[in-house]
Amino acid sequence: MSRAFVTLVKRDLLLAFRHRSELANPILFFILVVSLFPLGVGPEPNLLQSLAAGVIWVAALLSSLLSLDGIFRSDFEDGSLEQILMSAHPISLLVLAKVLAHWLITGLPVILVAPLLGVLMQLPADGIGVLMITLLLGTPFVSLVGAIGVGLTVGLRRAGMVLSLLVFPLYIPLLIFAAGAVDTAMTGFPIGGHLSLLAALLVGALTLAPLATAASLRISLN
Amino acid sequence: MTQSNAARQSPSSPRPEGDLPPSLVARDLECVRDDRVLFTRLSFELRSGGILQLEGPNGSGKTSLLRILCGLRLPDAGEILWCGESTSDLAGEFHRDIAYVGHLAGIKRELTPLENLRVTIGLGRPRDGVDLEQALDEVGLYGFEDVPVRNLSAGQTRRVALARLLVARAKLWVLDEPFTALDRKGVAYVERLLERHTAEGGLIALTTHHTVNVSDTQVQILNLSEPRFRPE
Amino acid sequence: MWLWFHKLGSPRYFYDTAGKFIPWLGGLCAVLMVWGLYGGLVQAPADYQQGDSYRIIFIHVPAAALSLSVYTFMAVCGAIALIWRMKLAEVMLISAAPVGASFTFIALVTGSLWGKPMWGTWWVWDARLTSELILLFLYLGVIALYGAIEDKRNAGRAVSVLSIVGVVNIPIIKYSVEWWNTLHQGSTILKFDTPSIDPAMRTPLIVMLLAFGLYFGAVVLMRARAEVLERERNSKWVQELVQSR
Repeated sequence: MSRAFVTLVKRDLLLAFRHRSELANPILFFILVVSLFPLGVGPEPNLLQSLAAGVIWVAALLSSLLSLDGIFRSDFEDGSLEQILMSAHPISLLVLAKVLAHWLITGLPVILVAPLLGVLMQLPADGIGVLMITLLLGTPFVSLVGAIGVGLTVGLRRAGMVLSLLVFPLYIPLLIFAAGAVDTAMTGFPIGGHLSLLAALLVGALTLAPLATAASLRISLN
Repeated sequence: MTQSNAARQSPSSPRPEGDLPPSLVARDLECVRDDRVLFTRLSFELRSGGILQLEGPNGSGKTSLLRILCGLRLPDAGEILWCGESTSDLAGEFHRDIAYVGHLAGIKRELTPLENLRVTIGLGRPRDGVDLEQALDEVGLYGFEDVPVRNLSAGQTRRVALARLLVARAKLWVLDEPFTALDRKGVAYVERLLERHTAEGGLIALTTHHTVNVSDTQVQILNLSEPRFRPE
Repeated sequence: MWLWFHKLGSPRYFYDTAGKFIPWLGGLCAVLMVWGLYGGLVQAPADYQQGDSYRIIFIHVPAAALSLSVYTFMAVCGAIALIWRMKLAEVMLISAAPVGASFTFIALVTGSLWGKPMWGTWWVWDARLTSELILLFLYLGVIALYGAIEDKRNAGRAVSVLSIVGVVNIPIIKYSVEWWNTLHQGSTILKFDTPSIDPAMRTPLIVMLLAFGLYFGAVVLMRARAEVLERERNSKWVQELVQSR
């Protein structure tokens, strides 16, 4: 069972590596959106600092939308998804493997460039640290919950708009707790509560989202 | 219909319990697509060593029926029994015994044939002694093991998909138009492959517009456009 | 009971039975609506603090209450559709979605109308209004997904999954929004203490709640009947029905 999991993660990483020129696009989009904000609201450091966590998180969610559709799209188009669904292993486990690969390819880079964007948005060092922790807990949630939406829309030719309508409302608690954690940390209050809420969201998504995704993939392939 | 198999089994020697040869039975299947009944009350029985060939014009539901057999599509009515048990109860266990080569090959174009087969093995049940290079050699891809599938021809891509059948070692093969894009030599090779699989006791359900030339095997033909499968 | 459940699953039986129920539901709804509106808008006393502007609660509160229960109803239908493969549950789900979305929209509009004299602005990021806005997005997602998938059987099953995922998230969203609201204090100093409500106001409110519920029942059954006809348009009984008209 774990062999199938590892096979699928390795396969998706290898595929991403063969398409490495496309890997940077969502990250560039992420950086670009954040850089637009100071141009829009002005370079006043205090203003930027108070907006920083929210802006960076919203940009991360937007850029996730660019890459999410790719989780199952190419497998759907070339028939690999049929083969995956016909595997003797639990589909939710294989879904988890694909989500993990997606997170390694798109979530991890977001966490890595976040400090740079924090500096651009005048975030102090401790704020940047908390921002990275929230991204570490939050980006897997984005991939897991996004996969449900992608599973439901993978059969559609133009899935992008519907997908955003499906998944963004589900991201709202994540956005609130994550941005709230960074703001609270900067005012000097403890953030243990926020982080445990984020961890709880992640655990909930880890257990339930693969099941929902497996069900939605079965429907999309019917 | 499947006399050749029945004749081989002498009725006086009862088979040992729990070791029945595999069989695939469909009972009263119905398939509706976009408000149109493609077929209804469709039943058949496929036994170990038999081939079921689905015929019918385009849009008569051949591919839909194959996808129903694979468990990829839900029948609108009826059930499928594998070795006497309903496939909806068997779930994963049934998928262990089945290999599907669909209209979409399920082959990653960015990967080489060898890498594609490794994925098949990884997702299937663990087996020893499967020689991937030999399988590729057998389907005529010697020397192409490490060329990305993107650089192969349509016929060669089809051969990679067929090589999957060799390494998966499933009892039931479900093949959607296995002869498309193959040259004459390729067609003859696939026919020999089908013969060998049925001789080993395997089962095959396939669609093709081509007459399948296999010796020693009874080919059961099911024409989906027959009036008995139409709604009243 | 089980037999009845199965019988109800047959489109034709449903079509006939629902047809008999609708006039009763509709008639009762109209009576209660008149009673409730008269009681609320004419008989009930003006609020000592808010004057007459509070009277919008006779629309706002039932709409807001229904907006949430309709989504729950949809999720229950979705679960039934997925577990027992009951087509009728899908039909009920998708018939309820636009009605629920309208209740949500009415709750938002009346809430903002109420806000104008209260807060002096059309919109405040009040916890309840914000949750209601997100709920509207959830409804629109269901409607958009159903519209986007061409095969209506598949579409019905897809929105079943979606509404179950949504209903799991609603409490989390509500909690997070309330928490967010207390974190960013400022606009919500004005809190309404609904428990200490005058009985002369309470009775019309309850009547209006019932009237809205009945309205929902009647409209959903009407929409479901139309949907059943469309889905079964090739079947014999629908053809006969059309011929006999």
